[in-house]
Amino acid sequence: MKPALALGAVLSGAALAAAVLSLVWTPYDITQLAIAQKLQPPSLAHWAGTDHFGRDIASMLMAGARTSLAVALVAVGIGMGVGVPLGLSAAALRGSWVDEAIMRGNDLIFAFPSLVIAILITAVFGPSATNAIIAIGIFNIPVFARVSRAGALSLWTLDYIRAARVAGKGRARISAEHILPNIANLLIVQGTIQFSLGILAEAGLSYVGLGAQPPTASWGRMLAEAQTMVTLAPHVALAPGLAIVATVLGLNLLGDGLRDALDPRLRGRMA
Amino acid sequence: MSLLHIDTLDLSFAKTPILRGVTLGLEPGEILGLVGESGSGKSMTALSVMGLLPQGARATGRIWLDGQDLLALSERQMCALRGNQIGMIFQEPMTALNPLMTIGDQVAETLMVHRKMPRAEARAIARAKLDRVGLPGPRFPLSLYPHELSGGQRQRVAIALAIALQPRLLIADEPTTALDVTTQAEVLNLLRDLARAEDMALILITHDLAVVAGMADRVAVMRHGQIVETGPTEPLFRAPRHPYTAQLLAASTHRPKAAARPGPAAEHEYFCQEEAAGISSWQKYSKSDAALLRVAGATRIYRLPRPRPFAPHPELRAVDDVSFQIGPGESVGLVGESGCGKSTLTRAILGLDPLQAGSITLGAHPVGPGMPQAARADVQVVFQDPYGSFNPRQRVETLVAEPFHLTGRPADWQDRVAAALSEVGLAPEDGAKFIHEFSGGQRQRIAIARALIIRPKLIVLDEAVSALDVRVRAQVLDLLATLQASHDLAYLFISHDLSVVRNVTTRCLVMQAGRIVEQGPTEALFTAPRHPYTAELLAAAPQIPPAWMEDRAHATPLV
Repeated sequence: MKPALALGAVLSGAALAAAVLSLVWTPYDITQLAIAQKLQPPSLAHWAGTDHFGRDIASMLMAGARTSLAVALVAVGIGMGVGVPLGLSAAALRGSWVDEAIMRGNDLIFAFPSLVIAILITAVFGPSATNAIIAIGIFNIPVFARVSRAGALSLWTLDYIRAARVAGKGRARISAEHILPNIANLLIVQGTIQFSLGILAEAGLSYVGLGAQPPTASWGRMLAEAQTMVTLAPHVALAPGLAIVATVLGLNLLGDGLRDALDPRLRGRMA
Repeated sequence: MSLLHIDTLDLSFAKTPILRGVTLGLEPGEILGLVGESGSGKSMTALSVMGLLPQGARATGRIWLDGQDLLALSERQMCALRGNQIGMIFQEPMTALNPLMTIGDQVAETLMVHRKMPRAEARAIARAKLDRVGLPGPRFPLSLYPHELSGGQRQRVAIALAIALQPRLLIADEPTTALDVTTQAEVLNLLRDLARAEDMALILITHDLAVVAGMADRVAVMRHGQIVETGPTEPLFRAPRHPYTAQLLAASTHRPKAAARPGPAAEHEYFCQEEAAGISSWQKYSKSDAALLRVAGATRIYRLPRPRPFAPHPELRAVDDVSFQIGPGESVGLVGESGCGKSTLTRAILGLDPLQAGSITLGAHPVGPGMPQAARADVQVVFQDPYGSFNPRQRVETLVAEPFHLTGRPADWQDRVAAALSEVGLAPEDGAKFIHEFSGGQRQRIAIARALIIRPKLIVLDEAVSALDVRVRAQVLDLLATLQASHDLAYLFISHDLSVVRNVTTRCLVMQAGRIVEQGPTEALFTAPRHPYTAELLAAAPQIPPAWMEDRAHATPLV
């Protein structure tokens, strides 16, 4: 296994493990306030210190990982689940009105700044993690539609697609059988990029108060709350910041590594 | 003293040797043909001389140019030399020019860089050089962009670029491989003329022995990074000393045995469109009931974009009233240059595209996009590019079994795949492998296995051997001939390579600008062409003079 893939797997795995573990156990209860313990630097009792309410930051990070990963994962799922079939159909029916309709619809979504739409959605439906998921998910759709259409278009000109057509296969079947597996590497890489962007977007929405609401922990909310005390107790801001950086970095390394590992042409070269 | 002297050049990547002890000499004004199969080290030898080796390559030995050791020079010194003393022309004219620069600026650029010439003066010389390569001023102003030129014209610009500074040595790496046969003849003539008139030494790198036969003073044959034989052209062709040279020569004129048998073609009437003016050609042919494939008045029209708003769409008649037939078990060739409509016709015959007029029938069924699956099973296809013909994510057995989609996958499909693989000379166990584990020739065999698996009556071979080395090509042609005899297959052999078509088909169609201009028995058509276009094609096709090959027994074993 390549070192980059290994490092990516370790970092992403750590975030995932923390999120899963937080379901059953955290070092301290994050809903309990202990003002007497506030703003303690990292120590043996509190590995990452405590915040201004005296809550254990390590426990907050674990619970926050759950929110961040869940929001990003579902948002990528929405983007892929809707965007990839749209992109494949647009490529299969290239130049037809279907293609035009799909791609112009994408342009429409792209034309709006995502934060504005997120504010709109939360203004109408109220701020919550669920609405953050929907807002981020909608903006993933055109990304995946474009990537899969572009990848598919270059494949549709290849001889093995013509051979499949000579074998009587229809456009839908060719898309599923020949096109999708061959654009999977593009989608995996784009998926990890969108996943990490999703984590950043969730942090951003929570930071401006449109995402997860208290008492739900979130890395973005932690950053927002720590902001005013950054000179007084820098570790309070540093901890969620580093968590975001490490997870995003890990996911990107994982995506690159997976792309190579999933390609049969490159498999033999991985020692 | 010789102009270029390569002395025991060794080249390796990491620990893998690429070139071993390459020694070559070249006199001023001499044309050297450097031939060999892909991977033999021809291009690496050229890149060593240019100092353009890829990263990680280690070259040892000496390359003397005019008494200067090129391998000892710094990159800076090589830059001064490249273009100035050594020019190079590459294979692909479509990517060799910068699409955002006018042709005049591109030719003038070398002059401005090397001679520090003012722009106006450089452009004047660029004009002269473009005139010299056959792109005269009135029709080809300096302000043209590469996309406004054809492939052959672009290759001329690339040549003008390479000779702008009158280098002593010109290296042409497969300069005509991507060009049509008539364009190829023109570009080769130009190169020969330049070498002779300007006393410029030329290294012509090619896989095509026929090109070398007509061009080179001397030939060097490369294999596995070594020069196995070198000598003056004619004696080398007449009496090759190295067995590998003999194999190459035998393979390039190879004629599969089975193809020589008299086919149903002999019964067909000779036909030339000029003579038959007035009689719609398909009427003549529709009398025969025995035909397997019947193309009658096939016409495919493409609507082009409107030249201006509200103007009617101009039309391109890519296939224009084409009629012919193929009998069961017959081999028919279809030749023509790029853009003549061969590919469009192929797509129509495969039932992928609709026709605007006329009809195609296969057996008893009309052919078209809506044809029933069972009827499709009678025709299969083998494409040109062995690297693009397979889904890299599927195993070979899945790839070969794909046409079963038409007939339903039988219970014993894996046995049938194994049998098909054995038939094309591969091991049944190869089914479990992925396509990247095979060479180009093996991939074409797999493509043939895929075409065979549902026992079609007609296989369309769309430039199926064009991308293969000569010896592999000869083996694949033999395989096709054997399979034709054992399965009673009909072949439609589409190719730009006239010698291959001549050797494997019994009847031949010549296509130009969407129309069949001549058709008839292959031998008659090749020996006494009736249409001027056929004659032009034949005259342009490079050929090893038959007299050179007579001296040797034809029984040279093919390995």
